[in-house]
Amino acid sequence: MSRERTSAEPFLWLLFSAGGVLTALAVPMILFLFGIAFPLGWLDPPSNAEIYTLLRNPLARLAVIVLCGLGMMHAAHRLRHTIRDGLQLQRHGTAIAAVCYGTAAFLTAVAVVLVSVI
Amino acid sequence: MTTDFWQRLHRQRVPLLWWTSRRTYLLFVVRELTSVAVVWFVVYLLLLVRSVGAGPGDYERFLDWSAQPWMVVLNALALALAIVHTITWFMVTPQAMVLKVRGRRVPGVALAGALYVAWFAVSAVILLLVLA
Repeated sequence: MSRERTSAEPFLWLLFSAGGVLTALAVPMILFLFGIAFPLGWLDPPSNAEIYTLLRNPLARLAVIVLCGLGMMHAAHRLRHTIRDGLQLQRHGTAIAAVCYGTAAFLTAVAVVLVSVI
Repeated sequence: MTTDFWQRLHRQRVPLLWWTSRRTYLLFVVRELTSVAVVWFVVYLLLLVRSVGAGPGDYERFLDWSAQPWMVVLNALALALAIVHTITWFMVTPQAMVLKVRGRRVPGVALAGALYVAWFAVSAVILLLVLA
């Protein structure tokens, strides 16, 4: 039996695509509401109490964590390859990967903490 | 036949701005850079969640901060990139994923269509949850 070298790449790609789908579906509307429509007064923003109640819902909390976590894994994977190949920094591939996935892990942890203390 | 050491040392240098030479290359890089907008979105969402948890005063401050002109410009740019991400993602998904129903491959157009329906549905749910 031949011993195959295991690679993290398929797993990372899976997270990249899961994050790609989720962000494609959810990001535009959230950005439109909280980045454009509420700031410009096109729509009335929800009150603190209303959005607090929404975020107390376990499903909404899970959605925030999954959206942030997988979204960051998606972005980290893409940026890692773009920075390494686009700027021709193949020599520093390991360091670039560490910074990208490290940032993703950090922001996921921040999401878990922020959502838990609400 | 083996390559000599000096031959292996030779590397064809590609100019750093190679991706500006053609429209398709530029579109490729713009597509990749949509991930910067995703990072900004995550940070922005987390700042929103933090302010909501901190109470009405912090939430008001977040809303005031988000209404500054440069923030609206930044978010408009991020939204444009996010929409580019959505559209390009739906374009490549049928190429990357072979979906079979009863042994027959679902055509790419049908899969892309289903994704646009899902985008509309998810956006509607978010709109209802936030505004209701």
